[in-house]
Amino acid sequence: MAERILEVENLTVDIPVGGGMLHAVQGISFHVDKGETLCIVGESGCGKSLTSLAVMDLLPKKAIRGANKLELGGEDILNAGERRMSDIRGNTMGMIFQEPMTSLNPAYTIGNQMEEALKRHRNVSTREARDRAIYLLEKVGITAAASRLSQYPHQLSGGLRQRVMIAMTLMCGPNLIIADEPTTALDVTIQAQILLLLAELQREFEMGLILITHDLGVVARIADRVAVMYAGQVVEQGTADQVFNRPTHPYTQGLLDCIPIPGKTERNKPLGSIPGIVPSLVGAFHACHFAERCQYAFAECVKGDIDMRPAVEDGHEYRCLLDPETCRANAQKRGVA
Amino acid sequence: MLIYALKRLSIALLVAVTVSLLTFSMIYLSGDPAMALAGESATQQDIENIRRVYGYDQPIIVQYFNWLANALQGDLGHSHYLKTEVSNVIFARLPVTMTLGACALGFALCLSIPLGVLAAMRPNTLIDRFALTLAVIGQALPSFWFALIMIFLFGVSLRWLPITGSASWMNFIMPSIALGYYVTPAVMRLTRAGMIEVLSSDYIRTARAKGLRPSVVLFKHALRNAIIPVVSLAAVQFGFMLGGSIVIETIFAINGLGQLAWESILRADLPMMQAIVLVLSCFYIVLTFLADLLNAFLDPRIRVS
Repeated sequence: MAERILEVENLTVDIPVGGGMLHAVQGISFHVDKGETLCIVGESGCGKSLTSLAVMDLLPKKAIRGANKLELGGEDILNAGERRMSDIRGNTMGMIFQEPMTSLNPAYTIGNQMEEALKRHRNVSTREARDRAIYLLEKVGITAAASRLSQYPHQLSGGLRQRVMIAMTLMCGPNLIIADEPTTALDVTIQAQILLLLAELQREFEMGLILITHDLGVVARIADRVAVMYAGQVVEQGTADQVFNRPTHPYTQGLLDCIPIPGKTERNKPLGSIPGIVPSLVGAFHACHFAERCQYAFAECVKGDIDMRPAVEDGHEYRCLLDPETCRANAQKRGVA
Repeated sequence: MLIYALKRLSIALLVAVTVSLLTFSMIYLSGDPAMALAGESATQQDIENIRRVYGYDQPIIVQYFNWLANALQGDLGHSHYLKTEVSNVIFARLPVTMTLGACALGFALCLSIPLGVLAAMRPNTLIDRFALTLAVIGQALPSFWFALIMIFLFGVSLRWLPITGSASWMNFIMPSIALGYYVTPAVMRLTRAGMIEVLSSDYIRTARAKGLRPSVVLFKHALRNAIIPVVSLAAVQFGFMLGGSIVIETIFAINGLGQLAWESILRADLPMMQAIVLVLSCFYIVLTFLADLLNAFLDPRIRVS
């Protein structure tokens, strides 16, 4: 069995708001193994980003984090404390953010910002840190790396800045990288380059990678496993093959129905859409979160919490009252399986 | 960087020319300067003589360039009242005012920047409220009243500090506080607002995600960016303080430029007032120019195009 890098069990994030408590993340469990890419997908506001910030312990001050278990390489990081966490952050666990235009400090050179990441965690000379920075800039496909070090962020394009961010995250050789929609702010042509680069680096350095995105096309290409989130919960989780080829939860099926898949989607057939909007997560809410928008919903769906249950294959689970066979039949009827 | 500096320098020179024009025309503020000089009992012949001796009979444009050429050589004219060269008096008084201004600005920055940073780190807490209260009071209190209260408290009642003169550093404590206190609110509020904005920015999150120490995040990454607008403001405020020093120096009987200005106004010593306005304006221009350069040093987006 592969080495387990991250283990998250029953993670919750609550945010006090004017009208009560916003239950943004409600009991999420997942794990990442060495050399594995886990994609967390879901629409805006479903709690993807908060989940990643909760793992890094970088949540906004007023947000409240809870979990049964949060372990990084076997070490408990749930109760680690800020001092220990700052030793871990950027060292064994790094994060890439979605806004490359604003994620680098405008006042310092690329070199300064990359070197400080390594110097903070390793006892190295400026010379060594500089060499490492040049090596990594070349790794992420930046030409004339040495001269880039003395440039400032505003002199680089968005795509280049994101490459710099990726290189900076790799400075200490982390075991786990969390990439929170790293390509949302970039041109479409650059998006694919950056994601393939990430996948390539992840393989080369045998890191665990959590990729948060709402771009299913991307997920299909680089994910080993996929977790589909909806309204603060994971509604389906499994290997990329399971989730894409045998989608079980009605929401996953709906999502896949919305995108054209070469060789699968019929020609001239209109793409699907999911009617309705995401429910408010303020206050207690004991029902299937997707029931209101689900075409298969029945009375039982809104009478209590729905638990995750195993699908047909190992490691594939989903959160729905319908049994796997019915789901399978629905998927085939919709043309997404 | 060089292009930026040259651009700023040329703007500064333009402002200086404008100021010199305005200052020069001050002499005509009270009507015919020759008539004003000659006094009420003068004959027409006296006035004509004075006009010729002081060059008031020449075209104004010639007078301006003569005056400007002299000023550039350090000759700021002759005080009719003190019967001496204006520049001698001004350069004797200047160090006192500069000391006062520097101390006041130092006091203001040392108080307002740490308070602003603290308030930004803990918004809506006790320290933030305290800073806000201080700012409101500072903005509302007239500096002369505040100065009088301090004189009464620390000078008269407690007898800790001397209340007049400029003999020792002790003399500068109260005037510096009175003068500097007035600019504290603006600098503090700007520091606070800037820090709050910067602390919630993406690059601060990046810095934390790199595991940097809180002090490094705060001072290296946040303050460096938040301080940029404060530099410009501080330069402007220093200009206000030079004006404010007229009141403060008079109250504390400090023998500086401010008090000289006040005396010259009372004596209608026009050449002296003219020179003081010119010198203070030039200081203000130089300071603004230096602030621009400091900003360019702090912010590479200005420096590197």
